[in-house]
Amino acid sequence: MTPLLSVQGLSKHYGAHIGCADVSFDLYPGEVMGIVGESGSGKSTLLNCMAGHLPPDAGAVVFDTRGHGPRDTVTMSEPERRMLSRTDWAFVHQHARDGLRMGVSAGGNVGERLMAVGARHYGDIRGKAVDWLDRVEIDAGRVDDRPTTFSGGMQQRLQIARNLVTGPRLVFMDEPTGGLDVSVQARLLDLLRGLVRDMGLSAIIVTHDLAVVRLLADRLMVMKDGHVVEAGLTDQVLDDPQHAYTQLLVSSVLQV
Amino acid sequence: MTPSSEYNFAYLDEQTKRMIRRAILKGLAIPGYQVPFASREMPMPYGWGTGGVQVSAAVLTPEDRFKVIDQGADDTTNAVSIRSFFERTAGVATTTITTEATVIQTRHRIPEVPLSEGQILVYQVPIPEPLRFLEPRESETRKMHSLEEYGLMHVKLYEDISRHGHIATSYAYPVKVEARYVMDPSPIPKFDNPKLGDCPAIQLFGAGREQRIYALPPYTQVVSLDFEDHPFEATKADHPCGMCGATDSYLDEVIIDDAGGRMFVCSDTDYCEARQTAGHRGKDAA
Repeated sequence: MTPLLSVQGLSKHYGAHIGCADVSFDLYPGEVMGIVGESGSGKSTLLNCMAGHLPPDAGAVVFDTRGHGPRDTVTMSEPERRMLSRTDWAFVHQHARDGLRMGVSAGGNVGERLMAVGARHYGDIRGKAVDWLDRVEIDAGRVDDRPTTFSGGMQQRLQIARNLVTGPRLVFMDEPTGGLDVSVQARLLDLLRGLVRDMGLSAIIVTHDLAVVRLLADRLMVMKDGHVVEAGLTDQVLDDPQHAYTQLLVSSVLQV
Repeated sequence: MTPSSEYNFAYLDEQTKRMIRRAILKGLAIPGYQVPFASREMPMPYGWGTGGVQVSAAVLTPEDRFKVIDQGADDTTNAVSIRSFFERTAGVATTTITTEATVIQTRHRIPEVPLSEGQILVYQVPIPEPLRFLEPRESETRKMHSLEEYGLMHVKLYEDISRHGHIATSYAYPVKVEARYVMDPSPIPKFDNPKLGDCPAIQLFGAGREQRIYALPPYTQVVSLDFEDHPFEATKADHPCGMCGATDSYLDEVIIDDAGGRMFVCSDTDYCEARQTAGHRGKDAA
């Protein structure tokens, strides 16, 4: 089976500082990979390098494209990469404001990706927008409201709808539940889990919240100072941590 | 009137005109592409047509006959002062009759009378970037133009329909040139958009403050953006002109008293006067 995404020796330095160093892994279709670690451990650098937002210093990010099979996205041309990020990829930002157009209605936000790939029928675009709002549990009556009038949780769900409307195969998520209160977090996680299962999505989730990866991720990578210190099945890593840092991370979770 | 000897022909020095002509030629070679140019300080404020004036200065020859219109009118402040500016600095003949003019500088209108080969229409442009209010970063909009990523333009039209039930953008309506560049046609009413395409005259657009020139060579394909189920419509006030009775021209609404009285008149004064001279009368004509 061809991996959907194959990361090989990915490194990024900020001057003398290490962003992330020599990260390699394969992600197979339908699989959800969690990346955990403390602040400054290089999680977001890694994610941004994979998603094409930052140019890596070394390494390859090979994606199994629909038309041409496995291609290295680091060396492919910019138009191709941007096309990928509009169609087969999705990126969910930690802050919904970074991923939404706040001056544009919810329907326009969801429809933007459709229009970016050539949809020119207003009725169809709107129909799809309403359908997706429903799937992320936003009342269809809010389709013409701006995201500024939405709560934090709704904004995050809207961002997810906007990203998934073109049926991507790979979703990058950067702290998707950050800044939300626990009950809203729980509903969002439930929703994400449902969407990932229903659509057969592959996802890479960066978070420092171990509960999130416990619920969503099949596999887990633990990062520290830019290096992957431990990787394996989620339950395995969380229940039987081997590396000292992972043990510290797992034992730091507050028990209520 | 003889030109004032203190100025070079048409105010700008020859090197500057050469630089602007280069930008114009590049613009003509790549229809709809915004060519940066080193815009000069002009003896008028930004927003009064500094871009249009520089383009006119670069294309004027002593044999030209020059016309300036502002919202269709030949007799408003902007039109009068730019016309007299070139009378003084270039000594060119001027006219208000569209068919006699060889260079027409315009603000916000295209004349009603069809233009012909050999004429140049110079537009004053406040904001040349059609994507500006959707994407504030210049670096990003340039990339979007170069990669032909124009989905965002339709988001604006989508917003119009969702809010108003129809495309409510009524001026500066975005167009696609030769199936490549999306272009802002300057704030002309969308009634004028169909005249942009397949036009025998050369159309030049100058934005002084934003330092951009773009152009449409004669007979260029220009398509107004729309949705399949909400096609583009050129709209105007649904009245005949009060002075000349024309039903095919773009109209201004004029409030005539404080009791709700109003009349509609052609915004193109030359067109209206020519019709009145030919004996056409509207219901409000004295």
